[in-house]
Amino acid sequence: MSFLFYIFSALALVGGIGVVVSRNPVSAAFSMIVSFLGLAALFIQLDAFLVGTLQILVYAGAIMVLFLFIIMLLDVREEEKRRRPIINMIGAGGVVLAFVALVITVLSRGEIGKATLPPLTVTEGPGTSDVHRIGELLFSQYWFPVQVVGVLLLVATVGVVVLSKKELK
Amino acid sequence: MDWHIIIAAVIKIVVFVFLVTLPMVAMSVWAERRVSAAIQDRVGPNRVGPFGLLQAVADGIKFLLKEDFTPNHVNKFYFWLAPALTMVPALLTCAVLPFGSQLFGEKMVIADLDVGPLFVFSIASLTVYGIVLAGWSSNSKYSFLGGVRSTSQMISYEISLGLSIVPLIMIYGELNLGRIVQEQAINGWALLPLWGEGLSLKGFILAIPIFISFIIFTTSMFAETNRLPFDLPECETELVAGYHTEYSSMKFALFFLGEYAAMIIGSGLAVTLFLGGWSLPFGWLAPSGIDAEIPWWHGLIHIGTYFAKVIGFILFFIVVRWTLPRFRYDQLMRLGWVFFFEIALFNVVLTAILLAIFK
Repeated sequence: MSFLFYIFSALALVGGIGVVVSRNPVSAAFSMIVSFLGLAALFIQLDAFLVGTLQILVYAGAIMVLFLFIIMLLDVREEEKRRRPIINMIGAGGVVLAFVALVITVLSRGEIGKATLPPLTVTEGPGTSDVHRIGELLFSQYWFPVQVVGVLLLVATVGVVVLSKKELK
Repeated sequence: MDWHIIIAAVIKIVVFVFLVTLPMVAMSVWAERRVSAAIQDRVGPNRVGPFGLLQAVADGIKFLLKEDFTPNHVNKFYFWLAPALTMVPALLTCAVLPFGSQLFGEKMVIADLDVGPLFVFSIASLTVYGIVLAGWSSNSKYSFLGGVRSTSQMISYEISLGLSIVPLIMIYGELNLGRIVQEQAINGWALLPLWGEGLSLKGFILAIPIFISFIIFTTSMFAETNRLPFDLPECETELVAGYHTEYSSMKFALFFLGEYAAMIIGSGLAVTLFLGGWSLPFGWLAPSGIDAEIPWWHGLIHIGTYFAKVIGFILFFIVVRWTLPRFRYDQLMRLGWVFFFEIALFNVVLTAILLAIFK
């Protein structure tokens, strides 16, 4: 099924390029959604159904809707006309080149991609899906980080509520 | 990957999605008009074919033959994309709904995923883009207000929708819709635990949180599908026609049909989760296990049962639409955030406590 891999990675890449290239902010946000969908499909191809579904549910379905919501309230025409100074493009290009060089160095040097991983034991029936496994891991081995993240999110929520109130009483 | 798996999947997709669900969309438009007529003491469409059953065909031809007018001030690309984006996710979610037990040893579900309800929610959450882009690309203030309203409404109710089924998942310990239905077939439907292991103190007490879930789930479903009493995005007394004001002919029809498709999928999910999916009441003709062999006519009866339940649920949707008045927008948001969100959270805690008491 490798042709599916090529289709979906092409989708993710085209979306990613679209984010950078398109002048219209709505098109950029929309390309990002396309890229997320491609990524989710790649996760699902790896049998990581939960990760793939959450990718769509959280990123494509919730966060990008809010992005689009805000962008639509802006003046899109103004944004399309804006000129970018050449120095910005050179800077951005430099960052991209440095990142690509970094990735190539890491991938060519290390043992990544060469080491043989232990074969996965696939079992059928209830209680063996990836949802069950991730859930068990989160609430047994990683229970403490989960609690910490929960408290952090709560703090963030309270903070947003306080900040968005116009005047404190 | 064997060829017979692909062929079986293609047959299931063609039959279930294109030969059953799409005609059901058209027929529910007809049912809507007939029921509304009955409620308002009118006759409704009864000229085309017996009982006006072919009205859907006439409507379809009318939509296709009308002039397809694209206003000059719209953003062409997104204006064309938006109708498709409302219809496609609604049909994609069909993939995980089990519409029958088995037929000739083949499971009657297109994709037997272990993340069933999550998959439905994630794909259904993409429906909002169609409406948002329609509102934005139309470049008109009524459309835009409709799109903005719809975004905040759908995001708000997605939360209570997702939280409302958590108690159910905790009780079944399972996210595979096929296995949830199988469990209900033997041990009583989630809402009616009247046979099998459901007929016990534990079953009756656990039915309380499930009942709360059902109320929240169904009401949020009305908000998610933008139907009365929550159809604020297209509220004609304030916004002309909301997000599809600028649309005509088949593009308008796609929005219209997308709403009905979402309604059918929502009914399907509600039936699967709360009312036993394809199973008959009192464990009649229930297969002993998920992989147990059953005769082909049992399979056919199960498919019929599923669609009978879904049609019943759609009629409920329609009757509600013509019975209740429209909410005000602030009332809608308060209902979602102040009442349903809290009740759904409380319900999760309640279920956890009850499950800890009745191990």
